[in-house]
Amino acid sequence: MSVLDTRIAEWRTAILRGGAVTPEDADELEAHLREQSDDLVATGLSDEEAFLVAVRRLGEVNRITAEFAREHSDRLWKQLVVARDDTARGGSVPLMLGFAIGAAVVIQIARLAADVPYRMPGWFLLNLGLFVLPLLAAYFAFERRVRPRVALVLGGVTLALALAVNLFPFTANAQTLTLTALHLPVLLWFVVGVAYVAGEVRSSARRMDFIRFTGEWAIYYALIALGGAVLLGLTTLVLSPIAPGAIEQVWLWVLPSGAAGAVIVAAWLVESKKSIIENLAPVLTMIFTPLFALMLVGAVVSYIAVGIRGEFNRDLLAGFDVLLLVVLGLVVYGISARQPGRASRFSDVVRLVAVVAALVLDVIVLAQLIARVGDFGFTPNRIVALGLNLVLLVNLVVTAVLQLRMLAARGTAFDLERWQTRYLTVFAVWAAAVVLVLPPLYGFS
Amino acid sequence: MPIDKDLVAALATPLVLAILVEGPSYGYAIVKRVRELSDGELEWSDGMLYPLLHRLEKSGHVRAEWGASDTGRKRRNYHITESGRAELADQRRQWDTANRTLGGLWGMTVATGEA
Repeated sequence: MSVLDTRIAEWRTAILRGGAVTPEDADELEAHLREQSDDLVATGLSDEEAFLVAVRRLGEVNRITAEFAREHSDRLWKQLVVARDDTARGGSVPLMLGFAIGAAVVIQIARLAADVPYRMPGWFLLNLGLFVLPLLAAYFAFERRVRPRVALVLGGVTLALALAVNLFPFTANAQTLTLTALHLPVLLWFVVGVAYVAGEVRSSARRMDFIRFTGEWAIYYALIALGGAVLLGLTTLVLSPIAPGAIEQVWLWVLPSGAAGAVIVAAWLVESKKSIIENLAPVLTMIFTPLFALMLVGAVVSYIAVGIRGEFNRDLLAGFDVLLLVVLGLVVYGISARQPGRASRFSDVVRLVAVVAALVLDVIVLAQLIARVGDFGFTPNRIVALGLNLVLLVNLVVTAVLQLRMLAARGTAFDLERWQTRYLTVFAVWAAAVVLVLPPLYGFS
Repeated sequence: MPIDKDLVAALATPLVLAILVEGPSYGYAIVKRVRELSDGELEWSDGMLYPLLHRLEKSGHVRAEWGASDTGRKRRNYHITESGRAELADQRRQWDTANRTLGGLWGMTVATGEA
């Protein structure tokens, strides 16, 4: 092996460390190095000298890998190699634990003040998201060392939301109160998102990171909840012969604290493992997209063949909102795992089938509902169910078109990604409208 | 005279696209062409070109494929696409405006091309 080969092999090892640069990229960079070295040797330099100059021109290894990491942030999400020297990525454990315990304390104070579960006052449900999610946003703000201006905006928005929903004079059992309680956590999740991307809200790549984070977080949270349920179940079993009276107290103290603390812990887990194992959302997507596509096509065929029987109500529309949301999730996480250049045409087709079938199904249901809307009238619940349906419908129609263009090789996965990241704004505006505009519009009833 | 690094960053996309309009090329050749065009005054780290090329590929402005040089060495060739040409035309309009604006102040006669 010549001096040049040895040096290049060393350099290659260094550039591949961390996982941001793939072996294929390294091939490309190596070809550059070799050609540059050859040219320099031709001018009279020795191998060693030529290599040093060529490497210097290429730039520092750290800066190159950092630039690749920025450009291909998706790669860090599916690395099998652990970059042990980069401990900062997951964030420090004490900081995470501090925030998790903080969330648990806040929820317990609120629970004691509200006397839950013996009574269930409206303000407790309304503020449920506010007890935990601002702490998650604060955790990311600390972790990412966001600029003071961003931190100020985040704090201000959270405070304004908290004041607004608590000053709204909701009447007893108001539909709008339930709707606000449901949508406020969604809105707060976007506040978390701004902290997550450290204020870089315009960057499509950072927005995509946040979408990935959301999917992974939900999976981690469900796993922790599952483990927590087993723990509580077994604790109950163990306690029942000796201290049956203590069981209720254990549940009251452990369940809310665990549920609140797990929000922070799950977020920390997603961040610290994102470079360790393949992420889960794309794997689940791969399994379920074909199954959903089959189910949806079957549903469309039978809806058309049999016709719709039975009563249509709001619950059904809410159910279809969930259906569209799931299909959207399948598309987004499927796309996020798609590797440029080596995508499978099959899964693109399956995704398109699923989206189109869901759209047809939704249009059938919407047509039925709108035809009868005269009998129902526009209550807040119906407005929200219908509005969300339209928001999702628009997204999926454009998604279907972009997916079709992609299959016809007239568009790229990047267009679809950009459409989804841009559409996040629409979702945020929609949640804000339900939380802030709808209640006054309906006189808080 | 070295050029400010923000300006280099702004220049990079139109420069690379404009070089690819001349014909398909690959990393090292693009770097050499830039050096030649700027008489070596436009200094950048060669390594930064590749993330840029990959970004252009991702947004569909260029197409890349592996090929080989005459000596049989592996090489990744980049071709400009229709969308890349459109992007270049758009960038060119912006640069023309910038040129005209500054040229007006500095009393230079700036050649403005048809975009």
